[in-house]
Amino acid sequence: MAAQSAVAKADGHVMRRFARVNEIVQRHGAERGNLIAILQEIQAEFRYLPQEILTYVATVMDLSPATVDGVATFYAQFSMEPKGKHVIKVCDGTACHVRGSAGLKDYLRERLGLSGEEQTTPDMQVTLETVACVGACALAPAVVIDDVVHGQQTPESLAIILDALLKEGAH
Amino acid sequence: MFENATALETRRAALQSALGRETCRVLVCGGLGCLAKGAQEVFEAIRTLVAEQGLAAAVELAEHKPGARVVKTGCAGLCEAGPIVVVQPHGYMFVRVKAEDAAEIVEQAVKAGQPVTRLLPSDNGSGPIVRMDETAFYRKQHKIALRNCGVVDPESLDDYLAHDGYAALTKVLAGMSPEQVIAEVEQSGLRGRGGAGFPTGRKWRFAAAAEGDQKYVICNGDEGDPGAFMDRCVMEGDPFSVIEGMTLAGYAIGASEGYIYVRAEYPLAVQRLRAAIKQAEAAGLLGKHILGSELTFRLHVKEGAGAFVCGEESALIASIEGERGMPRPKPPFPAQRGLWAKPTIINNVETLANVPAIVAGGADMFRSFGTERSPGTKTFSLSGKVINTGLVEVPLGTPLRTLIFEMGGGIRGGKAFKAVQIGGPSGGCLTSEHLDLPVDYESLTAAGAIVGSGGLVVVDEATCMIEMARFFMEFTQSESCGKCVPCREGTKRMLEILTRITQGKGTMDDLALLEELAPIVKDASLCGLGKTAPNPVLTTLRYFRHEYLAHIQERRCPAGACKALLGYAISPDLCRGCTKCARVCPVGAISGEIKQTHVIDAAKCIRCGACKDACPFKAVVLK
Repeated sequence: MAAQSAVAKADGHVMRRFARVNEIVQRHGAERGNLIAILQEIQAEFRYLPQEILTYVATVMDLSPATVDGVATFYAQFSMEPKGKHVIKVCDGTACHVRGSAGLKDYLRERLGLSGEEQTTPDMQVTLETVACVGACALAPAVVIDDVVHGQQTPESLAIILDALLKEGAH
Repeated sequence: MFENATALETRRAALQSALGRETCRVLVCGGLGCLAKGAQEVFEAIRTLVAEQGLAAAVELAEHKPGARVVKTGCAGLCEAGPIVVVQPHGYMFVRVKAEDAAEIVEQAVKAGQPVTRLLPSDNGSGPIVRMDETAFYRKQHKIALRNCGVVDPESLDDYLAHDGYAALTKVLAGMSPEQVIAEVEQSGLRGRGGAGFPTGRKWRFAAAAEGDQKYVICNGDEGDPGAFMDRCVMEGDPFSVIEGMTLAGYAIGASEGYIYVRAEYPLAVQRLRAAIKQAEAAGLLGKHILGSELTFRLHVKEGAGAFVCGEESALIASIEGERGMPRPKPPFPAQRGLWAKPTIINNVETLANVPAIVAGGADMFRSFGTERSPGTKTFSLSGKVINTGLVEVPLGTPLRTLIFEMGGGIRGGKAFKAVQIGGPSGGCLTSEHLDLPVDYESLTAAGAIVGSGGLVVVDEATCMIEMARFFMEFTQSESCGKCVPCREGTKRMLEILTRITQGKGTMDDLALLEELAPIVKDASLCGLGKTAPNPVLTTLRYFRHEYLAHIQERRCPAGACKALLGYAISPDLCRGCTKCARVCPVGAISGEIKQTHVIDAAKCIRCGACKDACPFKAVVLK
């Protein structure tokens, strides 16, 4: 009984997701030219692009799954992995690079306990990314935390921001 | 909704007379840089005080109450010193303003017309400078593309109209043929500001001549060069100029549809453009029968999704079509076969922002700036190790020295200038011997660099040029779309070689291979990304060959930046012979008697840094 209701619950969840995708596709129109905008909105909704959703989008838009996967994997903005609650982007554009963005990255990886290629903390609190340039070169080195640009950062200033961010997450 | 041009001009006259009633205009910079430093709070604090004290000018045009107006503008340029508040008509510029300073600004500047001395800027230890246009940063600037940035409220069509916005469009609709518009742009000598420098008028002429039932105008706002942010400032600070420029382009080539492609990393630009398009549509300045004429022009915003290669026009077109952003072979050029196989022109943001000024003011106005072959002005973003970082616009032909040492204020921290990377990963570096070079298309190309989009990243003696070349190659390699072999494989191999050299594992054969590969990738790649990717390598090879040789032959990084090549040494002046370092060294590389200077055996040293951490006298230094 319990197992059955769990399956039903999961099915309901998936159905709701597909219904939401239908809405998004309908609003943009199922033309090929809108694929990127549709994927962007789906990612904004689910925080990443789940594989089953991509396949579903392909069906709805009458495209091959390979086409949709091709677009989703081509652009850096799209993530096929779930992202953490907070997203920290360290800018590694030229200006930030020459003003020490590498040190910030090292600090953040250590502070968040990320090892190897890991981008997201195991508790799904924080995802750490490197971006090429956010255009805040005059404020180098810049770090974007949940879409807010913080300029002229140092490990010390990041520590203060992170303390507040993670404390808030604990509640 | 303006029924016709006369209605717009009537509105403009009313707006300008309202502008005349402004006894004082407080411009709070709302560019990304200043916002990140708290400009929103400053803006709100000043606006609230002005309103509470009944100092504000009447908003309604019918009322004639004079007073002050507080405006949140786009980027004022000097991001380094933000948040910036400018008070007109006095021309005061206050820097590093905090919300707490609002009361003093209102009391002193708004009410009494006096500067707040402690908030004024200074140049390299000079006294406070009262007028903004007297500072070294602004003194030599001439603003055409940025004419409204930092002056108008980017979220208000009315403010744009009050500052002569849409004067070009009404002039054109009153009696300029598409051919005359193209001729004017051609005559101005305006060249594409995105990097390649192709004459804009000629591009338009090709598209106008092309056959097609539907044509498109695309604005390239995919400013991907790391170190460049001028297009972001224009889109955020003066979106209506871009929209008017595109409308004029649509009229000139006969296109009824346009797209602005903005990179995903610029959410504020997207938001401001969308808001501006909505206002222009409501006012009858976009859509069908613009200002009651036969002109139809619709505009859409497309958000990029994070791919540098989409700055290349054919890749950008593929991206708008919903495909992977991969370039297509040219010809056919977009002017013949572009978006959805229709004739298309793609112009950069800054190029389009220049167009209304050229059409309204005439080609001669534009030509009065710059050089014969590179007329007009160009924006540059100054960043890296200069004191004043920010956005400037100067006549083309201005020497690098003026940009870096006068406007930029020189190098931070008293260090020596080493090089300036111009044009991002597609450009090259120039050295102190080029400081008097005039910055124009021809001179820079001759020196091996490009004007590019105008990013100037200044580096000092502590930056290793090989590491810099490696950094750019890492960027282009990861951004290569993989379609053509020379770029896909070439950038990867060049990156491997550069990485080996910075790790002290490079050989002379590596150098020879690098010198062979770079021109091949440049010649054989399909699109601009691959064709320009070797530029940082080629220019560093040309101007910093000695650094390559030092890394390879002496296993030494002259800038002391490449970690793998750093060696530890003990300074005899500082060493007290306490033996602490010798005791912590895990490989026994340090020898010396107690109370005698200790020595590190470089052959045994594994560069772990334990000695440096252990030394209480800071005698262990990196060399």
